Amino acid sequence: MRAPAELVSLVFRNPDAIRRFSLGDWDRLVRQARQADLLARLHILLLQEGLDGEIPAVARWHFEVATALAECQSTEIQRELRQLRTMLERLGLPLVVLKGAAYVAAGLIAARGRHIDEIDLLVPREHLDEVESVLKLADWHTVELPEYDQRYFQRWRNDAPSQQNLRCATVINVHHTILPDTARFRPDAAKLHRRATEVPGFPSIFVLTTEDRILHAVTLLFHDDGLPHGLRDLSDLDLLLRQAATEEDFWPRLLARAEEFELIRPLFYALRYVRYFFDTPVPVEVHVRLENTAPSKASLKLMDGIYKRMLAPNHLSCNDAFTSLARHATYLRTHWLRRPPRLLVPHLFHKAFISPLLENRPPKVA
Amino acid sequence: MKLLQLPPGELRRQLAGSCIWLRTGPFSLRVQSRLETVVEGLADLYGQFEVRNPRETFADFHVAVDPHISLRRWLRPMVNFSFDGIEPFSPLPLDQAYPMLEWGLNWCVSSHAHQYLMVHAAVVEKNGRAAILAAPSGSGKSTLVAGLALSGWRLLSDELTLIDRKTGWIHALPRPISLKNESISLIRAFSPDAFLNRASRDTAKGTVAYLRPPKESVRRQHEPAQPGWIIFPRWVADGKSELLPRSKQQTFQSLTQHAFNYTQLGAEAFRVCSSLIRQADCYDFQYSRLDEAVAVFDRLAASAVAGGAGN
Repeated sequence: MRAPAELVSLVFRNPDAIRRFSLGDWDRLVRQARQADLLARLHILLLQEGLDGEIPAVARWHFEVATALAECQSTEIQRELRQLRTMLERLGLPLVVLKGAAYVAAGLIAARGRHIDEIDLLVPREHLDEVESVLKLADWHTVELPEYDQRYFQRWRNDAPSQQNLRCATVINVHHTILPDTARFRPDAAKLHRRATEVPGFPSIFVLTTEDRILHAVTLLFHDDGLPHGLRDLSDLDLLLRQAATEEDFWPRLLARAEEFELIRPLFYALRYVRYFFDTPVPVEVHVRLENTAPSKASLKLMDGIYKRMLAPNHLSCNDAFTSLARHATYLRTHWLRRPPRLLVPHLFHKAFISPLLENRPPKVA
Repeated sequence: MKLLQLPPGELRRQLAGSCIWLRTGPFSLRVQSRLETVVEGLADLYGQFEVRNPRETFADFHVAVDPHISLRRWLRPMVNFSFDGIEPFSPLPLDQAYPMLEWGLNWCVSSHAHQYLMVHAAVVEKNGRAAILAAPSGSGKSTLVAGLALSGWRLLSDELTLIDRKTGWIHALPRPISLKNESISLIRAFSPDAFLNRASRDTAKGTVAYLRPPKESVRRQHEPAQPGWIIFPRWVADGKSELLPRSKQQTFQSLTQHAFNYTQLGAEAFRVCSSLIRQADCYDFQYSRLDEAVAVFDRLAASAVAGGAGN
C-alpha cells in the first residue's frame, strides 16, 4: 500500500536509505520535501544522523536555505511574541500561544526546522474585540477578504480573520476556541485556557499542556482545509509525541483527556497514520485501548485509502490514479466535520460557483 | 554540450517529451513545453547554454509552459506557467508564452534562492568590478544594460542581482535581456547585429522582446564579480549624461526596498547590505543618449583601474 514513490517519510523512517540514492532520487526527494514543507526538518535530521555529507553538492543549497529561513523565522517569532506579550499585558490578558509559535516559545523539538509565519493566539471570546483593536494600534491590520468570507468568519468561525503587520511577514490569527463553533467535535476552550501553563524562561507566555497540545494537533490534521501540509503536520505530531513520551504518565493523561473531549476517534486515526508514515513508538496498551473503539473494517479501509494518499506530499511524483479522488473526499470530509449540512451545502455552493466569479486574480509577474 | 549543438528537431522532441535540462548561472532547470514559440525562443536565445541528458540528473527548478485547458481556449488560447505542479500566475494569452517562461524563471529564483541576498537590479562587470543598476521599471535600466552588454561589458543579469551571503561577491545569471516598447527599436538602431527574438505584444509591460546574451558573458557565467558601484539610472528626454554622487545612507534604504528577500533573511540581510554599501561607490545617473551613457560607464571602469581599485 505504501507508495515506493514517496521518499520523504522513507528518509524519516530510515535515514540511511539516502546512501543508496541516485541523483534522480535526490531530485524527487527535494521536490517532495519542498512541497511538504519538510526540507529544513529533513536537513536537521540528516545533520543529527551525521549524514549531511551524503547530500550531493548540487542539491545542498535547497536544504541549507530552508534551514536558514526556519531559523530566521524562529528568531522573528520570539521577537514578536515579546511584543505581543507587552501589548496584551496592558489588557490584563495572558498570552496563550498555539501551534507552531507555541512550539517555538516552549522550545520543543517540533520547532526545529519548522517554517512558521503565523502566530496563533487563544483569547477568550469576550475579549476578541479588545485584542483586535490593540493589534490594530500596533499596525496589524485585518487581511482583506471577499465580502462573503468576511461575513462567514464573523458568524461561524473560531477565529477572527488573520491580522497582518505591514512591516513584517508574520500573520496573527486570534482564536477563541480551537475548532469552529460549527464543528462536530468541540473541545471546551475554557478548559484548555484554564490549564495553559507559563513557559519557563519566557514569563507571561502561556502554552497548552502537553496532552492538550497534542490533541489540538490531532484535531487540526482532520479539520484543516485540504491538508496543504499534511505530512508536515503529521511530522509535528510525531515529534510532539516522541518528546511527550519522555514525561511520566503521558499516555494515560492523553487518553483521559481525549475521552473528556470526545476525541478518541480522531486520536485513533492520528496515531494510526503517524505510525504508518513515521514509525512513531506507541505503547501496546494504548494501542489496545484505541483498537476497541476502532471503526468497522470497511470504513477503516476507506479511510486508509483516502488518508494514506492525502497525507503524502502533494506532489505529482507521489500521486496515483486515486489521489485526486482522495483529495476531493477529504475536502468534503473536513467540511462535513466543520459544519452541519444546513450550512455546508450553501457554503460549498458559494465556494464552487460564486467565489470564482468574484475573484479577480490579477496576473502577478516579476 | 551546448544547446545549439543539439541535432535539428531534438530540442522540440525533448521539450515536448520528458523535458530539456539546461544550466543558467548557478541554477539547473528542467523545462517542458509543447508550444512552438517556446521551442523557438529557447533555440534563438539559449544556444550557448549547457544542456544534458535529463535522465537521472538533479534540477533546481522544474518548469513547464503549456496550453491552459478551459472552455475559453476556443475563443482565445491561453497558456500556463507551472513550477513543479504549482501555477503561481494566472494564464496569459498564447502570444506571451515565451515571456511567461522568462517571468516564471525569475519568480523561481527570487522566491527560492535565499543563499543570496537578491536585489531587483541589473548588473554588469568590467575590469573585475561589477556595476549594480537599481531602478524601478520604466527608468531605462534594461536599455542601459543592453547597451553596456553590447559594448564590451560582461552581462551578469538584467533583473536579478545575486549577492553571495558569505563572500559578498555577485554571481552571474546571464539570461536574455528583456526589452520593452521603444527600447526594442532603440537597441536595434544602437547595434544592428544584435539578435532580438520575436516580440510579444500587449503584455502587462507592453511589447516585449529579448536580446540574446553575449557569448562571452555566457562562457564566463560561473565567474562571480566583486561589487564596484551601485548606480540608480534614470532616462530623461533631453539632457546630458551625468553621474551624481549619492549618499550611502540613501543608497542603503533604496537597496533594501529593491531586495526580494530582505525581510526573510533578517539580521543577515542587514550585514550583507552594509558590507556591499561599504565597498561600492554610489551614484545617481541620468542619461538621454545610450552611446554617451556607455562612454560615461567606460570612463568609470577605466578610472577604477587607474586608481588601483580593480584589485
